[in-house]
Amino acid sequence: MRLLDSPDHLGELPRVGPKFIEALESSGLAGRGGAGFPAGVKWRAVAQRSRGDAVILVNGAEGEPRSKKDRVLMGARPHLILDGAFIAARVLRARRIVLYIGERHTAARDSMLRALGERPEPERGLVSIAAAPARYVAGAEAAAVHMVNEGLATPTNTPPYPFERGVDGAPTLVQNVETLAHAALLARTGSIPRTMLLTLAGATARPGVVEVDEGTTIGEAIQRAGGAAETPRAVLLGGYFGSWVEPERAWRLQLDHRSLRDQGLGLGCGVIGLLPARGCPVCETAGIMRYLAGESSAQCGPCFFGLRALADACTRIAEGGANPDDLRRLHRWSAMVRGRGACKHPDGAVIFLSSALTVFAREFTAHAPHRARRIA
Amino acid sequence: MSAAQSLLIDRIKCDGRGLCAELLPELIRLDDWGYPILAPGPVPEHLLLLAQRAVEDCPVLAIALRRAERTR
Repeated sequence: MRLLDSPDHLGELPRVGPKFIEALESSGLAGRGGAGFPAGVKWRAVAQRSRGDAVILVNGAEGEPRSKKDRVLMGARPHLILDGAFIAARVLRARRIVLYIGERHTAARDSMLRALGERPEPERGLVSIAAAPARYVAGAEAAAVHMVNEGLATPTNTPPYPFERGVDGAPTLVQNVETLAHAALLARTGSIPRTMLLTLAGATARPGVVEVDEGTTIGEAIQRAGGAAETPRAVLLGGYFGSWVEPERAWRLQLDHRSLRDQGLGLGCGVIGLLPARGCPVCETAGIMRYLAGESSAQCGPCFFGLRALADACTRIAEGGANPDDLRRLHRWSAMVRGRGACKHPDGAVIFLSSALTVFAREFTAHAPHRARRIA
Repeated sequence: MSAAQSLLIDRIKCDGRGLCAELLPELIRLDDWGYPILAPGPVPEHLLLLAQRAVEDCPVLAIALRRAERTR
Protein backbone atom coordinates (compact mmCIF):
# COMPACT_ATOMS: atom_id res chain seq x y z
CA MET A 1 0.00 0.00 0.00
CA ARG A 2 1.14 3.51 -0.74
CA LEU A 3 0.35 6.77 0.96
CA LEU A 4 -1.16 8.44 -2.06
CA ASP A 5 -3.11 5.34 -3.20
CA SER A 6 -4.46 4.33 0.19
CA PRO A 7 -8.12 4.96 0.93
CA ASP A 8 -8.34 8.18 2.84
CA HIS A 9 -11.07 7.62 5.37
CA LEU A 10 -10.38 4.26 6.86
CA GLY A 11 -13.07 4.09 9.51
CA GLU A 12 -12.68 3.80 13.22
CA LEU A 13 -9.19 4.17 14.66
CA PRO A 14 -7.38 0.95 15.45
CA ARG A 15 -7.03 0.11 19.14
CA VAL A 16 -3.40 0.69 19.84
CA GLY A 17 -1.54 1.13 23.07
CA PRO A 18 2.02 1.59 24.29
CA LYS A 19 3.08 -1.57 22.44
CA PHE A 20 2.68 0.32 19.19
CA ILE A 21 5.93 2.15 19.94
CA GLU A 22 7.80 -1.16 19.63
CA ALA A 23 6.24 -1.70 16.21
CA LEU A 24 7.22 1.82 15.22
CA GLU A 25 10.79 1.27 16.41
CA SER A 26 11.21 -2.01 14.58
CA SER A 27 9.70 -0.53 11.42
CA GLY A 28 12.72 1.77 11.26
CA LEU A 29 10.51 4.68 10.16
CA ALA A 30 12.64 7.81 9.80
CA GLY A 31 11.14 11.29 10.10
CA ARG A 32 10.26 12.91 6.78
CA GLY A 33 10.57 16.54 7.80
CA GLY A 34 14.24 16.79 6.94
CA ALA A 35 16.35 15.49 9.79
CA GLY A 36 15.44 11.83 9.28
CA PHE A 37 15.30 11.21 13.01
CA PRO A 38 13.86 7.79 13.94
CA ALA A 39 10.16 8.22 14.74
CA GLY A 40 10.15 5.41 17.31
CA VAL A 41 12.83 7.13 19.38
CA LYS A 42 10.79 10.34 19.46
CA TRP A 43 7.57 8.58 20.44
CA ARG A 44 9.32 6.66 23.20
CA ALA A 45 10.91 9.82 24.58
CA VAL A 46 7.51 11.51 24.81
CA ALA A 47 5.79 8.39 26.16
CA GLN A 48 8.29 8.13 28.99
CA ARG A 49 7.52 11.67 30.10
CA SER A 50 3.80 11.99 29.40
CA ARG A 51 1.50 12.06 32.39
CA GLY A 52 -1.56 12.35 30.23
CA ASP A 53 -0.48 15.88 29.35
CA ALA A 54 1.55 15.33 26.16
CA VAL A 55 0.97 17.40 23.04
CA ILE A 56 1.13 16.25 19.40
CA LEU A 57 2.37 18.96 17.06
CA VAL A 58 1.53 17.95 13.51
CA ASN A 59 4.18 19.63 11.41
CA GLY A 60 2.93 20.78 8.04
CA ALA A 61 4.93 24.03 7.98
CA GLU A 62 6.85 22.97 4.85
CA GLY A 63 9.13 26.01 4.77
CA GLU A 64 11.58 24.49 2.28
CA PRO A 65 11.01 26.62 -0.82
CA ARG A 66 11.14 23.81 -3.37
CA SER A 67 9.22 21.24 -1.36
CA LYS A 68 5.58 20.56 -2.09
CA LYS A 69 5.09 17.03 -0.84
CA ASP A 70 3.59 17.92 2.54
CA ARG A 71 1.04 20.19 0.89
CA VAL A 72 0.16 17.51 -1.65
CA LEU A 73 -0.28 14.95 1.12
CA MET A 74 -2.41 17.29 3.26
CA GLY A 75 -4.55 17.97 0.21
CA ALA A 76 -4.89 14.35 -0.85
CA ARG A 77 -4.85 12.32 2.37
CA PRO A 78 -5.85 14.57 5.27
CA HIS A 79 -7.59 11.75 7.16
CA LEU A 80 -4.50 9.59 7.05
CA ILE A 81 -2.51 12.39 8.67
CA LEU A 82 -5.23 12.96 11.26
CA ASP A 83 -5.28 9.20 11.93
CA GLY A 84 -1.56 9.36 12.64
CA ALA A 85 -2.08 12.29 14.98
CA PHE A 86 -4.94 10.64 16.87
CA ILE A 87 -3.03 7.37 17.14
CA ALA A 88 -0.05 9.30 18.52
CA ALA A 89 -2.38 11.03 20.96
CA ARG A 90 -3.67 7.66 22.21
CA VAL A 91 -0.32 5.97 22.43
CA LEU A 92 1.37 8.93 24.10
CA ARG A 93 -1.63 9.90 26.24
CA ALA A 94 -1.84 13.39 24.81
CA ARG A 95 -4.46 15.93 25.72
CA ARG A 96 -3.87 18.27 22.81
CA ILE A 97 -3.12 18.12 19.08
CA VAL A 98 -1.94 21.18 17.15
CA LEU A 99 -2.06 21.27 13.36
CA TYR A 100 0.85 23.53 12.39
CA ILE A 101 0.40 24.40 8.73
CA GLY A 102 2.24 26.90 6.53
CA GLU A 103 0.30 30.15 6.41
CA ARG A 104 0.45 30.25 2.61
CA HIS A 105 -0.62 26.64 2.17
CA THR A 106 -4.29 27.54 2.19
CA ALA A 107 -5.54 24.60 0.11
CA ALA A 108 -3.71 22.19 2.42
CA ARG A 109 -5.14 23.87 5.49
CA ASP A 110 -8.66 23.85 4.07
CA SER A 111 -8.34 20.17 3.27
CA MET A 112 -7.16 19.37 6.79
CA LEU A 113 -9.97 21.44 8.33
CA ARG A 114 -12.56 19.79 6.13
CA ALA A 115 -11.33 16.36 7.17
CA LEU A 116 -11.29 17.44 10.80
CA GLY A 117 -14.91 18.52 10.49
CA GLU A 118 -15.78 14.94 9.49
CA ARG A 119 -14.29 13.52 12.67
CA PRO A 120 -16.43 12.60 15.65
CA GLU A 121 -16.65 15.18 18.39
CA PRO A 122 -14.66 13.77 21.31
CA GLU A 123 -11.48 13.46 19.28
CA ARG A 124 -12.08 16.57 17.23
CA GLY A 125 -12.12 18.61 20.42
CA LEU A 126 -8.45 17.83 21.03
CA VAL A 127 -7.36 19.66 17.93
CA SER A 128 -6.43 23.28 17.40
CA ILE A 129 -4.73 24.91 14.45
CA ALA A 130 -1.72 27.22 14.22
CA ALA A 131 -0.36 29.00 11.16
CA ALA A 132 3.35 28.58 10.48
CA PRO A 133 4.95 31.77 9.15
CA ALA A 134 6.45 31.39 5.67
CA ARG A 135 10.01 31.35 6.94
CA TYR A 136 12.65 28.71 6.46
CA VAL A 137 13.27 28.08 10.14
CA ALA A 138 9.58 28.08 11.15
CA GLY A 139 9.33 24.33 10.65
CA ALA A 140 12.24 23.48 12.93
CA GLU A 141 10.96 21.65 16.00
CA ALA A 142 11.88 24.22 18.61
CA ALA A 143 10.67 27.09 16.40
CA ALA A 144 7.31 25.34 15.91
CA VAL A 145 6.92 24.95 19.66
CA HIS A 146 7.96 28.58 20.20
CA MET A 147 5.35 29.73 17.66
CA VAL A 148 2.53 27.82 19.34
CA ASN A 149 3.57 29.00 22.81
CA GLU A 150 4.64 32.58 22.20
CA GLY A 151 3.69 33.47 18.64
CA LEU A 152 7.35 33.65 17.59
CA ALA A 153 8.55 31.10 15.05
CA THR A 154 12.20 31.47 16.03
CA PRO A 155 14.34 28.63 17.33
CA THR A 156 15.11 28.46 21.03
CA ASN A 157 18.02 26.97 22.92
CA THR A 158 17.97 23.22 23.39
CA PRO A 159 17.91 21.52 25.81
CA PRO A 160 15.15 21.49 26.86
CA TYR A 161 14.03 19.63 23.75
CA PRO A 162 10.36 19.59 22.75
CA PHE A 163 10.03 16.00 24.01
CA GLU A 164 11.08 17.29 27.43
CA ARG A 165 9.33 20.65 27.53
CA GLY A 166 7.40 21.72 24.48
CA VAL A 167 3.93 23.16 23.91
CA ASP A 168 2.46 24.43 27.21
CA GLY A 169 5.66 23.18 28.85
CA ALA A 170 4.47 19.60 28.32
CA PRO A 171 6.28 16.73 26.56
CA THR A 172 5.60 17.30 22.89
CA LEU A 173 5.87 15.11 19.82
CA VAL A 174 6.72 17.26 16.80
CA GLN A 175 6.23 15.07 13.77
CA ASN A 176 6.06 15.77 10.06
CA VAL A 177 2.75 15.04 8.31
CA GLU A 178 4.21 12.36 6.03
CA THR A 179 5.75 10.56 9.00
CA LEU A 180 2.37 10.56 10.76
CA ALA A 181 0.69 9.15 7.66
CA HIS A 182 3.21 6.30 7.63
CA ALA A 183 2.57 5.66 11.32
CA ALA A 184 -1.18 5.57 10.63
CA LEU A 185 -0.77 2.87 7.99
CA LEU A 186 1.48 0.92 10.33
CA ALA A 187 -1.24 0.93 12.97
CA ARG A 188 -3.90 -0.03 10.41
CA THR A 189 -2.11 -2.67 8.41
CA GLY A 190 0.79 -3.83 10.57
CA SER A 191 3.42 -2.60 8.12
CA ILE A 192 4.55 0.71 6.72
CA PRO A 193 4.56 1.33 3.01
CA ARG A 194 8.23 1.30 2.04
CA THR A 195 7.80 4.45 0.05
CA MET A 196 8.74 8.09 0.21
CA LEU A 197 7.34 11.29 -1.17
CA LEU A 198 9.69 13.32 -3.33
CA THR A 199 9.40 16.75 -4.86
CA LEU A 200 11.14 16.86 -8.22
CA ALA A 201 12.17 20.37 -9.20
CA GLY A 202 14.18 22.15 -11.86
CA ALA A 203 15.03 20.62 -15.22
CA THR A 204 12.66 17.65 -15.12
CA ALA A 205 9.99 16.95 -17.68
CA ARG A 206 7.28 16.92 -15.01
CA PRO A 207 8.25 18.79 -11.86
CA GLY A 208 6.10 17.92 -8.90
CA VAL A 209 5.46 15.32 -6.22
CA VAL A 210 5.93 11.59 -6.74
CA GLU A 211 5.78 8.63 -4.41
CA VAL A 212 8.52 6.08 -4.99
CA ASP A 213 9.58 2.83 -3.35
CA GLU A 214 12.54 3.02 -1.01
CA GLY A 215 15.63 1.77 -2.78
CA THR A 216 14.60 3.23 -6.13
CA THR A 217 17.53 5.02 -7.72
CA ILE A 218 17.26 8.73 -8.41
CA GLY A 219 17.65 8.02 -12.11
CA GLU A 220 14.66 5.65 -12.03
CA ALA A 221 12.58 8.11 -10.01
CA ILE A 222 13.20 10.86 -12.52
CA GLN A 223 12.67 8.52 -15.47
CA ARG A 224 9.31 7.51 -14.06
CA ALA A 225 8.32 11.16 -13.85
CA GLY A 226 8.97 11.73 -17.52
CA GLY A 227 12.75 12.02 -17.39
CA ALA A 228 15.06 14.98 -17.23
CA ALA A 229 14.22 17.87 -19.52
CA GLU A 230 17.91 18.05 -20.43
CA THR A 231 21.17 16.63 -19.14
CA PRO A 232 21.61 18.35 -15.79
CA ARG A 233 24.85 19.93 -14.65
CA ALA A 234 24.22 18.78 -11.07
CA VAL A 235 21.54 17.44 -8.76
CA LEU A 236 20.60 19.17 -5.52
CA LEU A 237 19.68 16.38 -3.16
CA GLY A 238 17.63 17.26 -0.10
CA GLY A 239 16.79 20.88 -0.79
CA TYR A 240 18.60 23.94 0.48
CA PHE A 241 20.04 22.07 3.46
CA GLY A 242 21.14 19.30 1.15
CA SER A 243 24.10 18.73 -1.13
CA TRP A 244 24.99 19.18 -4.75
CA VAL A 245 25.87 15.87 -6.37
CA GLU A 246 27.41 15.15 -9.77
CA PRO A 247 24.65 13.78 -12.03
CA GLU A 248 26.49 10.54 -12.86
CA ARG A 249 26.76 9.77 -9.17
CA ALA A 250 23.28 11.03 -8.32
CA TRP A 251 21.59 8.89 -10.97
CA ARG A 252 22.83 5.72 -9.33
CA LEU A 253 22.07 6.72 -5.74
CA GLN A 254 19.43 4.64 -4.02
CA LEU A 255 16.70 6.55 -2.24
CA ASP A 256 17.15 5.09 1.17
CA HIS A 257 17.81 7.20 4.23
CA ARG A 258 20.36 4.85 5.70
CA SER A 259 22.50 4.22 2.63
CA LEU A 260 22.51 7.93 1.77
CA ARG A 261 23.60 8.83 5.28
CA ASP A 262 26.43 6.30 5.04
CA GLN A 263 27.67 8.23 2.02
CA GLY A 264 27.50 11.54 3.81
CA LEU A 265 24.35 12.56 1.95
CA GLY A 266 20.77 13.08 3.00
CA LEU A 267 17.38 13.20 1.43
CA GLY A 268 16.25 16.00 3.72
CA CYS A 269 12.59 16.60 3.10
CA GLY A 270 12.74 14.78 -0.23
CA VAL A 271 13.51 17.57 -2.68
CA ILE A 272 15.50 16.57 -5.76
CA GLY A 273 16.44 19.57 -7.87
CA LEU A 274 18.05 19.33 -11.31
CA LEU A 275 20.30 22.20 -12.31
CA PRO A 276 20.10 22.57 -16.09
CA ALA A 277 23.36 22.28 -18.04
CA ARG A 278 23.05 25.87 -19.21
CA GLY A 279 22.50 27.06 -15.61
CA CYS A 280 25.36 28.67 -13.72
CA PRO A 281 26.21 26.63 -10.61
CA VAL A 282 27.99 29.53 -8.92
CA CYS A 283 25.08 31.90 -9.45
CA GLU A 284 22.60 29.27 -8.29
CA THR A 285 24.67 28.59 -5.18
CA ALA A 286 25.03 32.30 -4.46
CA GLY A 287 21.28 32.78 -4.79
CA ILE A 288 20.54 29.98 -2.35
CA MET A 289 23.15 31.31 0.09
CA ARG A 290 21.56 34.77 -0.05
CA TYR A 291 18.20 33.18 0.64
CA LEU A 292 19.54 31.18 3.61
CA ALA A 293 21.34 34.23 5.00
CA GLY A 294 18.10 36.18 4.80
CA GLU A 295 16.29 33.38 6.58
CA SER A 296 18.56 33.47 9.62
CA SER A 297 16.34 34.33 12.55
CA ALA A 298 19.05 36.87 13.48
CA GLN A 299 19.36 35.59 17.02
CA CYS A 300 22.89 34.18 16.98
CA GLY A 301 25.79 36.32 15.77
CA PRO A 302 27.78 33.65 13.94
CA CYS A 303 24.71 32.71 11.88
CA PHE A 304 23.43 36.23 11.22
CA PHE A 305 26.81 37.78 10.34
CA GLY A 306 28.53 34.64 9.09
CA LEU A 307 25.89 33.56 6.58
CA ARG A 308 25.64 37.12 5.33
CA ALA A 309 29.41 37.31 4.80
CA LEU A 310 29.38 33.94 3.04
CA ALA A 311 26.48 34.93 0.80
CA ASP A 312 28.16 38.25 -0.07
CA ALA A 313 31.43 36.55 -0.97
CA CYS A 314 29.57 33.96 -3.08
CA THR A 315 27.75 36.75 -4.86
CA ARG A 316 30.97 38.63 -5.55
CA ILE A 317 32.42 35.47 -7.09
CA ALA A 318 29.24 34.86 -9.10
CA GLU A 319 29.22 38.41 -10.41
CA GLY A 320 32.89 38.43 -11.22
CA GLY A 321 33.73 41.14 -8.73
CA ALA A 322 35.45 38.89 -6.23
CA ASN A 323 38.31 39.91 -4.02
CA PRO A 324 41.32 37.65 -4.47
CA ASP A 325 40.76 36.10 -1.05
CA ASP A 326 37.04 35.41 -1.36
CA LEU A 327 37.30 31.76 -2.29
CA ARG A 328 39.66 31.10 0.60
CA ARG A 329 37.29 33.01 2.88
CA LEU A 330 34.38 30.80 1.90
CA HIS A 331 36.27 27.81 3.24
CA ARG A 332 37.47 29.57 6.37
CA TRP A 333 34.11 31.12 7.30
CA SER A 334 32.25 27.87 6.63
CA ALA A 335 34.38 26.16 9.24
CA MET A 336 33.98 29.13 11.57
CA VAL A 337 30.19 29.23 11.44
CA ARG A 338 29.50 25.55 11.79
CA GLY A 339 28.01 24.36 15.08
CA ARG A 340 27.73 27.86 16.49
CA GLY A 341 24.02 28.56 16.36
CA ALA A 342 21.22 27.68 18.76
CA CYS A 343 19.67 25.74 15.89
CA LYS A 344 21.08 23.91 12.86
CA HIS A 345 20.42 26.70 10.36
CA PRO A 346 24.06 27.79 9.99
CA ASP A 347 25.19 24.15 9.81
CA GLY A 348 22.74 23.32 7.05
CA ALA A 349 23.84 26.36 5.05
CA VAL A 350 27.55 25.59 5.24
CA ILE A 351 27.08 21.89 4.49
CA PHE A 352 25.22 22.96 1.36
CA LEU A 353 27.97 25.45 0.49
CA SER A 354 30.74 22.95 1.05
CA SER A 355 29.09 20.56 -1.43
CA ALA A 356 29.03 23.41 -3.94
CA LEU A 357 32.72 24.14 -3.39
CA THR A 358 33.50 20.47 -4.02
CA VAL A 359 31.22 19.69 -6.96
CA PHE A 360 31.72 23.08 -8.63
CA ALA A 361 35.37 23.55 -7.66
CA ARG A 362 36.31 24.28 -11.25
CA GLU A 363 33.52 26.83 -11.74
CA PHE A 364 34.25 28.61 -8.46
CA THR A 365 37.95 28.89 -9.28
CA ALA A 366 37.50 29.96 -12.86
CA HIS A 367 34.37 32.00 -12.53
CA ALA A 368 34.30 34.96 -14.85
CA PRO A 369 31.45 37.41 -15.14
CA HIS A 370 28.99 36.15 -17.71
CA ARG A 371 29.03 39.40 -19.60
CA ALA A 372 32.78 39.20 -20.05
CA ARG A 373 32.50 35.57 -21.04
CA ARG A 374 29.94 36.33 -23.67
CA ILE A 375 32.02 39.13 -25.18
CA ALA A 376 35.07 36.87 -25.31
CA MET B 1 38.59 16.36 42.74
CA SER B 2 35.50 18.07 41.44
CA ALA B 3 33.85 16.88 38.21
CA ALA B 4 35.24 18.35 34.99
CA GLN B 5 33.47 21.50 33.88
CA SER B 6 33.04 23.02 30.45
CA LEU B 7 32.09 26.47 29.26
CA LEU B 8 28.76 26.79 27.56
CA ILE B 9 27.68 29.80 25.51
CA ASP B 10 24.08 30.81 25.09
CA ARG B 11 24.29 31.76 21.42
CA ILE B 12 20.99 33.60 21.50
CA LYS B 13 21.92 35.77 24.48
CA CYS B 14 25.50 36.40 23.34
CA ASP B 15 25.90 39.88 21.94
CA GLY B 16 29.52 39.65 20.93
CA ARG B 17 30.80 42.10 23.56
CA GLY B 18 34.05 40.12 23.65
CA LEU B 19 34.84 40.52 27.34
CA CYS B 20 35.19 36.76 27.78
CA ALA B 21 37.96 36.55 25.19
CA GLU B 22 39.86 39.29 27.00
CA LEU B 23 39.52 37.58 30.35
CA LEU B 24 40.24 34.07 29.14
CA PRO B 25 42.24 34.15 25.90
CA GLU B 26 43.60 30.69 26.74
CA LEU B 27 40.18 29.18 25.98
CA ILE B 28 38.18 31.80 24.12
CA ARG B 29 38.98 33.60 20.89
CA LEU B 30 36.71 35.72 18.73
CA ASP B 31 35.52 35.00 15.22
CA ASP B 32 35.65 37.59 12.42
CA TRP B 33 32.42 39.17 13.71
CA GLY B 34 33.42 39.35 17.35
CA TYR B 35 31.62 36.27 18.67
CA PRO B 36 33.37 33.80 20.95
CA ILE B 37 34.85 30.51 19.77
CA LEU B 38 35.50 28.05 22.59
CA ALA B 39 38.46 25.73 22.77
CA PRO B 40 37.11 22.18 22.86
CA GLY B 41 37.09 20.08 25.99
CA PRO B 42 36.76 20.76 29.69
CA VAL B 43 38.28 23.76 31.43
CA PRO B 44 41.72 22.86 32.83
CA GLU B 45 41.87 23.04 36.62
CA HIS B 46 44.32 25.97 36.66
CA LEU B 47 41.97 28.11 34.52
CA LEU B 48 38.80 27.46 36.50
CA LEU B 49 38.98 30.70 38.48
CA LEU B 50 39.47 32.76 35.32
CA ALA B 51 36.64 30.89 33.66
CA GLN B 52 34.42 31.65 36.63
CA ARG B 53 35.35 35.30 36.26
CA ALA B 54 34.46 35.27 32.56
CA VAL B 55 31.09 33.77 33.45
CA GLU B 56 30.36 36.38 36.10
CA ASP B 57 31.57 39.37 34.10
CA CYS B 58 29.68 38.68 30.88
CA PRO B 59 27.45 41.75 30.52
CA VAL B 60 24.56 39.71 29.12
CA LEU B 61 25.15 36.57 31.21
CA ALA B 62 25.59 34.43 28.13
CA ILE B 63 28.27 32.08 29.47
CA ALA B 64 27.94 29.31 32.00
CA LEU B 65 30.12 26.62 33.50
CA ARG B 66 28.50 23.21 33.35
CA ARG B 67 29.41 19.68 34.20
CA ALA B 68 31.32 18.55 31.14
CA GLU B 69 28.79 15.99 29.87
CA ARG B 70 26.05 18.61 29.65
CA THR B 71 27.77 20.64 26.97
CA ARG B 72 27.16 20.04 23.32
